[in-house]
Amino acid sequence: MNILKLKKIRKHFNGVLALDNLSLDIKAEGITGIVGPNGSGKTTLINILSGCESLDGGTIIIDDSLRSKKMRAYENSIFGITRTFQEIRLFEQMTVLDNVLVVLTEKNVLGAIFEKHGEYHLMKAEELLKVVNLWEKRNELAINLSYGQRKLLEITRALSTDAKIYLFDEPFAGLFPEMIKTVMKIIKKLKEEGKTVILVEHNMLLMRELCDEIVVMDNGKLLSKGKPEEVLNKKKVLDVYLGK
Amino acid sequence: MEYFIHIGIVFFIYAILAVSLNLVVGYTGLLSLAHAAFFGIGAYATAILLTKYNINFFVSAGVGMGLAGMASLFIGIVLSKFKDDYYALASLGFNVIVCSFFINLDSITGGVIGIPGIKKPSFFGLEIHSNFAYLILALVFFVIIFLVSRFIVQSSFGRALRAIRDDENALAVFGYKVLNFKLVIFVISAMMAAIAGSLFASYITYIDPSIFTITESVFILTIIILGGLSSLRGSLLGALFLILLPEYLRILGLPNDTAAQVRQIIYGLALIFLMLYRPKGLVGEYEMK
Ligand SMILES: Nc1ncnc2c1ncn2[C@@H]1O[C@H](COP(=O)(O)OP(=O)(O)OP(=O)(O)O)[C@@H](O)[C@H]1O
Ligand SMILES: [Mg+2]
Repeated sequence: MNILKLKKIRKHFNGVLALDNLSLDIKAEGITGIVGPNGSGKTTLINILSGCESLDGGTIIIDDSLRSKKMRAYENSIFGITRTFQEIRLFEQMTVLDNVLVVLTEKNVLGAIFEKHGEYHLMKAEELLKVVNLWEKRNELAINLSYGQRKLLEITRALSTDAKIYLFDEPFAGLFPEMIKTVMKIIKKLKEEGKTVILVEHNMLLMRELCDEIVVMDNGKLLSKGKPEEVLNKKKVLDVYLGK
Repeated sequence: MEYFIHIGIVFFIYAILAVSLNLVVGYTGLLSLAHAAFFGIGAYATAILLTKYNINFFVSAGVGMGLAGMASLFIGIVLSKFKDDYYALASLGFNVIVCSFFINLDSITGGVIGIPGIKKPSFFGLEIHSNFAYLILALVFFVIIFLVSRFIVQSSFGRALRAIRDDENALAVFGYKVLNFKLVIFVISAMMAAIAGSLFASYITYIDPSIFTITESVFILTIIILGGLSSLRGSLLGALFLILLPEYLRILGLPNDTAAQVRQIIYGLALIFLMLYRPKGLVGEYEMK
């Protein structure tokens, strides 16, 4: 079953066509990798899917309901979407724990005023933060963590939602091998739980190991799509990557 | 003794103003310079209702809160279209507009002359005459507002405000309707400032539009930057320090008009010094970018 259906989506930034009539279906309950040279529109695609950018044209259907053109990021919780950012965007002057709690607690204004986080939220945060070895650091400000720890915290924040679709924009970039293993484990576990993962990544070794399907983008267009071993050996894909 | 009581009353009024502004500037990261406008709305509501219509102080304070709430809702919606420096500038503009209402609606506000002879509050027929009784009244209001503010910043709502300050677009990704949060805190803050205005008007017994100009907004901002953004205790410390400043100068024996100028210079220097060497203020937790 396809959980995401994109039909002829278009997005431009003053003259640059970042997404050029891109049509794409993405299967539920698996890991789909998105690869492509710098500037091919991968991040723009993630931004559009998560309501962070508006669409110029085309339609997006998520789980059989239409996502309106006028994107609103807060609707992600309705569509069951969560994400990380390529350039880390944490709540920097908040503690590690608060970065997770803010996603776990009440999001309605009135409800939030009369709620303090409870035992339940703390237990959940502890469980999530222990996976990435950040529970010990829970009272440090996010801004004071190392790069890798910040990256892991962002992933943990995304996991704190109860989403069905996880959009990860280069989650491995700049990580040490030990941390890469942790993130691999997290992503594999999401798949086991029946979630849909969309993964943007330049490291082809990781992509081969993780992905059920790979989408190759070039200049905002779909270049190729299929099983990793097929797609990554195609001549036109290699050409795009190695320079024609 | 009377003198200390006077300082105490003024301190509580400014502590209310500072704590409430800190909710917006320090916790939510919205650099509002319109706080004196809401202070003024509360002061005028009480001055007019108490003096001209003999309406109970507490009712007049409630009306002031209501008016400030409505004005701030409207202003907050317009300000939500702006970011950063433009937000600050636009908020200054609103302060000027509200002041011009105080000046131009002269049939009810007394124009530039203002409203003299404002009465003291009365409580079940008991008029609050002595300054000591007034100190207690101001203290009670201050404690309530401080506790409400603390309740807010420690709630899930308060955590969301700090997240808005750090990265509102990232917060929206996780299902928050950020605009609602910003409007609610802006309105709450304005209503608190209106209470400070009601207390101020009936204590000083005389108000005019020159009290509620942007200079006053900048003064309140200086208090919270000095004390520290995102720290309620800091706001109290900042208020204490700046309220007492003119008194030190008096002790130094400067003549009054020189003292006033020296004071302005010290406020300015203090701000510049803080920005350079201690951007977190005395006890603050958040550094302004
Ligand atoms: N906010 C923006 N304003 C202007 N141009 C943009 C903006 N965002 C993206 N672009 C442009 O759109 C194109 C696609 O960018 P995008 O970030 O989606 O690429 P990418 O595939 O994620 O690249 P990378 O591998 O370097 O992360 C690029 O030409 C980029 O310069
Ligand atoms: Mg990118």
